[in-house]
Amino acid sequence: MKLNPLSGPDVSELDELVREETLLERPHGLWSGAWRRLLRRKGGVTGLIIIGTIVLVALLAPIIAPYDPVLDDFIGDGDSRRRDSPCVHVLGCDEEKTQHLMGLDGNARDQFSRIVFGSRWSLSIGFFTVALAFSVGATLGAVAGYWGGHLDNWIMRIMDVILGFPALLLAIAIGASLGPGIRNTMIAIAIVSIPIYARVMRASVLSIKELDFVAASRTLGAGRLRILWTRVVPNALTPLVVISTLGIATAILDAAAFGFLGLGAQPPDPEWGAMLAAERSQIFSAPHLVWFPGLAIMFTVLGFNLLGDGLRDALDPSLHE
Amino acid sequence: MVQFITRRLLLAIPVLIGILIVTFLLARLIPGDPCKSILGEKATAEACEAFAENKGLNEPLPVQLGIYMQDVVQGDFGDSIRFSRPVTQILVERLPMTIELALVALTIAIVVGVGLGILSAMRHNTAVDVGTMVVANVGVSMPVFWLGLMLIWLFAATLGWLPPSGRLSAGAASIPFYEAWGWEVSESGFWFRTLEFISNHFIFNSIITGDWSVLRDALTHLILPAVALSTIPMAVIARITRSSLLDVMGRDYVRTARAKGGGEGRVVVKHALRNALLPVVTIIGLQLGALLSGAVLTETIFGLAGAGTMVFEAITARDFPVIQGFVVVVATGYVLVNLIVDISYAYLDPRIRLE
Repeated sequence: MKLNPLSGPDVSELDELVREETLLERPHGLWSGAWRRLLRRKGGVTGLIIIGTIVLVALLAPIIAPYDPVLDDFIGDGDSRRRDSPCVHVLGCDEEKTQHLMGLDGNARDQFSRIVFGSRWSLSIGFFTVALAFSVGATLGAVAGYWGGHLDNWIMRIMDVILGFPALLLAIAIGASLGPGIRNTMIAIAIVSIPIYARVMRASVLSIKELDFVAASRTLGAGRLRILWTRVVPNALTPLVVISTLGIATAILDAAAFGFLGLGAQPPDPEWGAMLAAERSQIFSAPHLVWFPGLAIMFTVLGFNLLGDGLRDALDPSLHE
Repeated sequence: MVQFITRRLLLAIPVLIGILIVTFLLARLIPGDPCKSILGEKATAEACEAFAENKGLNEPLPVQLGIYMQDVVQGDFGDSIRFSRPVTQILVERLPMTIELALVALTIAIVVGVGLGILSAMRHNTAVDVGTMVVANVGVSMPVFWLGLMLIWLFAATLGWLPPSGRLSAGAASIPFYEAWGWEVSESGFWFRTLEFISNHFIFNSIITGDWSVLRDALTHLILPAVALSTIPMAVIARITRSSLLDVMGRDYVRTARAKGGGEGRVVVKHALRNALLPVVTIIGLQLGALLSGAVLTETIFGLAGAGTMVFEAITARDFPVIQGFVVVVATGYVLVNLIVDISYAYLDPRIRLE
């Protein structure tokens, strides 16, 4: 826009500009707006690509993996030995030898196949743990925030007690008393993360229950539960989306630690943490057995962390330019 | 300031008493008969009666609580079920290792984390900034145990610069300062335990006795586990420092400081950083839990007999007195760390002292 120092701003141009701006500002919902803002951030997009890839790998695991992840590979594969280094034909490995992209593990199983199937384990552990913690935590938080009073006090004090312990140590204590196994791992990790969801949900409900549209519902005679579930909760869920995405990352990391300590997935399941634990003493002789499971964990966790951070920025109204 | 610290210390006492009561009740809530778990499943009724009488289990709960608290205040946490040794003795042996590991890791995390945070805030939106934040993101996404194994692989197995595990080289021994100085001490009692506890901090002990070869040995053994343990707190601290500093750098008083002709370095250090550090200090206080959880994994990988491996073994073996002792010590540590955090607040922001 040109500024003429004698006559002031050109009114017709200003008019046009205003019209353009209004045309550009097409009304859109919270989620479509957030989605577009997410796609504008490098971190968020990187996270989406990583997670998308891993989800694809998990879905197509039987097609991608050249071998069975659990059965030994000894039979019918004469030249492969236990803990063989990776053999990739394109990278100059002898064409005569059988190709194993990530080498063989201690039971002469193709490690690439195990890593591929491991993605199913990690994704489902992350998802189910968060689903469990989310449903319990969000319900407690919503009830505490909406009802208030003694109930609120009791729920939140219990949450404070859980938060007072170092999370992974408490999870280990719960996991140890429940016994090893993947289901108990998920329960233990979910329990220690419940308070986070409860707190965020409570804060969110507190801010929404005083808004006019909730008061309107109440005036129209809607019952408490009905208002809570149809008016308050759907609008209070937004901040939990971010927490849940980051929570999947933490759950995958913690579950891998459980597997590593021998409390989580048990052999021969191809869980990345358990795979690392089984071969950790081979770090000097067969480091590839330690590299790949760790890299797999790292990329998956990185993907969810990046997506979570991206979502946080995209959903934060104070950051909209 | 002295008044502020005294008040904070007095406020910590009821919290500690609360922790003692909760720990005591938690131990009673655990299912199972203590007699059967200590004397064995086939213990006779008479033996159990004598056992209960002996351990004071026939007293009413409040009396038991009183006795327990009296014992704990005197540094007596009972005996380990698994080892039949006093829990205090086990803590004296195992805890210093973890304290040294955590302190060195925290120092690395703070120095490098705050440094990287400042660097990337000052070079906002440049390659340096992007690079640092990529490193920080990867840092929080890495499993501690995997990073530890990778460090062993690189620095111990491939380069051979550092030892892969253990606390001291075979044959090396740390001579306790009280022996080195020829103190006459009886080998038991609270006083001796305290001396032993202090001298089991090998780094501190070798510094005060001037035993440089042991100091070097202990440090070379500690560096890999400490680096592994420090990554996650370091990444978290770097991110918070950066965002907090960026926020402060946009404020009016920073612009004023610049307008007065202060150099960029001076503006950041003298004006912006002090205010930017408040959230950083909060985060550092919150990292204690992460350090303790990480210690279990780090100590497992590096073959260190610290409190982390101790509590993991105790949990899997249901050694309740050991778990109980550990919880009390950790909770006390939490309270102390929060105290230090509050004092740093008061130092950084004088308004807090007045409240």
